[in-house]
Amino acid sequence: MTISENEQQRVIDWALRENACTPEALLPVLHAIQDALQYIPELAFDALAHALNLSRADIFGVISFYSDFRLQPPGRHLLRLCRAEACQAMGGRSLEAEVRRRLQIEFHATTDDGHVTLEPVYCLGACACAPALTLDGSLHGRVDLARLSVLLDQLEIPR
Amino acid sequence: MTTATVYVPGDSGAIAVGAEEVARAIVGESDSRNIAINLVRNGSRGLYWLEPMIEVVREGRRYAYGPVKTDDIAGLFDADFLRGGDHPLALGWTEDIPYLREQERLTFRRVGVVDPRSLSDFIAHDGFTGLRRALALAPSAIVDEVITSGLRGRGGAAFPTGIKWRTVAETVSVQKYVVCNADEGDSGTFADRMLMEGDPFLLIEGLTIAGIAVGATRGIIYIRSEYPHAERMLQQAIMVASEAGYLGIDILCSGRSFMLEIRRGAGAYVCGEETALLESLEGRRGQVRFKPPLPAHKGLFGQPTVVNNVISLATVPVILQRGAAFYAEFGRGRSRGTQPFQLSGNVRRGGLIEKAFGLTLGELIFDWGGGTATGNAVRAAQVGGPLGAYLPTLHFDTPLDYEAFAARSAMIGHGGVVVFDSTVDMAEMARFAMEFCAVESCGKCTPCRIGSVRGRELIDRIIAGDDVVRNIETLRDLCDTMMEASLCALGGMAPLPVLSALEYFSADFARDDMPEAAQRD
Repeated sequence: MTISENEQQRVIDWALRENACTPEALLPVLHAIQDALQYIPELAFDALAHALNLSRADIFGVISFYSDFRLQPPGRHLLRLCRAEACQAMGGRSLEAEVRRRLQIEFHATTDDGHVTLEPVYCLGACACAPALTLDGSLHGRVDLARLSVLLDQLEIPR
Repeated sequence: MTTATVYVPGDSGAIAVGAEEVARAIVGESDSRNIAINLVRNGSRGLYWLEPMIEVVREGRRYAYGPVKTDDIAGLFDADFLRGGDHPLALGWTEDIPYLREQERLTFRRVGVVDPRSLSDFIAHDGFTGLRRALALAPSAIVDEVITSGLRGRGGAAFPTGIKWRTVAETVSVQKYVVCNADEGDSGTFADRMLMEGDPFLLIEGLTIAGIAVGATRGIIYIRSEYPHAERMLQQAIMVASEAGYLGIDILCSGRSFMLEIRRGAGAYVCGEETALLESLEGRRGQVRFKPPLPAHKGLFGQPTVVNNVISLATVPVILQRGAAFYAEFGRGRSRGTQPFQLSGNVRRGGLIEKAFGLTLGELIFDWGGGTATGNAVRAAQVGGPLGAYLPTLHFDTPLDYEAFAARSAMIGHGGVVVFDSTVDMAEMARFAMEFCAVESCGKCTPCRIGSVRGRELIDRIIAGDDVVRNIETLRDLCDTMMEASLCALGGMAPLPVLSALEYFSADFARDDMPEAAQRD
C-alpha cells in the first residue's frame, strides 16, 4: 500500500493544524500522523521542523528514541508479542519461537511479501491473562500454541 | 417484569479473553428470544481467572457467572440466568466470592461495580464527595490531611505524597502543574489500567483535589500508548466531567479552576521515570534529568510540578471523604493504607487484590493465587516489576510492606507480583533483566547504557559455561557499579533481579567448570 505524496502532505498539514505549533507538540503531531498513515513519511521532516521551530535532527532524535514511531510503512498486519516476565512465566518464549518459525522473521521485521510486521512489546497490562499479544490493535490473552495457530491461520501464514 | 441488567466487563483484560464476543452473543440471544435487557459494560472486578465474568442483579444484589464463553450463552438463557438461575458457571453472590470478600477495597471500591461511562453512577456511589470536602477546606488543610494519612507514592518510589504536595504548594509561581504518571510500564502490573478503565472519574477527582491543594490550574495525564482503551475512557470522562462543571473554570462555583488534558507516550519504559516523563511532555527524547532541581521546584517547563502515580491520586478522594485517620488505620509500620497488589504469571488465580500492607508474600501467592497455574511447585516470585528482586519460597514469609522488602534488598514497587514455577531458568531471567535494561535505557548515563549490554554479554558467557566463577565475580562488580553510579532507577535497580537470582538460585548459574556445581533446588 503506497500513499501518495499529496495525501501525506494533507495528513501532515492536518496534524499540525490540530495541535498548537510549539516544540512540545511534537509527540502529539507525530502520533496524529502515524495514526493516519501507519508511519512517519520523509516529507514530514521539513514540514514539522518549519512549523514547530525544530531542526530535522531534533525530529529524527525523537522518532528514533520512541519505539512506537516508524519511518517505513508496516506490513498489512501488525503482530506485537509481549516479551515481559509474566508472559514468559506462562510460555511466552515458546510462542516467540513459534511465531519466528512460521513468519520466518525476527522482531522489528516485515515478511518479504509485506504481509506481517512483528514487533516486541514489554507489557500490555494483561499480565493476569498471560501470555498476551496484539494483532492489528486487538488484544488477545491466554494465548497458547493452539490459539496462536488459529490467529496465524487466519492471516494465511503457511504452517 | 422489570428489564434485567447484565454486566459484562469492558475492561481490556476481559476483552482479551473474549468479553466483547460474550457481550455480542448476549445481545443477539436476548434479541432472538425477545427479552429486553440492559447491558452495562463495567470495569473488571479483578478476578481475571474468572473472566469473562458476567453479573446480573438478583434480590438487589449482584450475582456472578464465569468464566463465560459464547457457547455458554444459550444455556445461560435457558437456565434463566437473568434472574440468577442455577447454572454450572454460577459463582454465587459476587461479594461473597472469597477472593473479593477478604479484600479491603478503598481505592478500587467502585471498579467493576459501576458503569465507568456514567457520571450519575459515579455520584450515586459517593463520587466527588472527596472533592466537595476539599473545596470546603483551605489548601494547606488538604495537604495536611494527605500527610496525616501516611499515603506514599504508589508508583514505586514510595515517597510521601503529602510532603511532595507541600513542597509544590510552598513554591511560588504563576503557573504550577499536576502531572499524572499513567505510564504503567512494569511488567506484571495493571492496577492503573484497571482503574482508568473501570473508574475514570475517580482519577479526575484525585487530580482536581491535587490541583486545588497545591495551587495548580493545569493537569496532564501522561498515559502509555499500550493502553488505548484506558485513554478513550479517560478522554470521554474528562469531556463529561467538564460539561457537568467538575473540571474547567470555576469548579462547582468554588472560584477554583482546573484544566485537564491527556498526552500519550510512545513506547518508552523509561518515561515512567518522572523527569524523563517531563522531558517527553516537553516534546523531547525521554532522557532523565539530573536532580536537583526536583520537579516539585522546577518541573514541567521549569515550573513547580506534582508528579504522582495513578493509584496515589486515585486514593486521595477516599482520604478526603473518610478522613486521614480512617485511611491510616490500615497498614503496618510506615506503610499505611492499602495497596492494590497485582498477581500474575504462572498462578492459578491471577488478579487484583487490594489489601492493607502487612500480609505476607506467601499468603498472596498461595491463599489468593492458589499456587501455580501449571500445577508445578512455585519456585520464585518477582515483586515490583522488571527491576524488582526474584524471591525464593524461603522468603515468602516477608510481609508486604515497604521496609520489610527493602530489608531483603527487594521492593514492592507498584505492587506487581509475578509467579514462576519449577521449570524457570533463573540465569535466563537474569539475562532478560539486563537485556530489558539495554533495550529501554535512555542512554544518558554510561553505567546503564553500557553496563546493561556488558551485563547481558557476561550472563551469556556464564550460560555458555565460559570461565563461570570469574565471570560471576565480574558480573557482581558490574552490578555494583550500575547501582552506585546510574542516574535513575532503571540502571540503578536493574541489577536487583540479577543479584537476587545469583543469591537465591545460584544452581542455575552453575556450569561444568564450577568446583561444586550444586544440584538444582
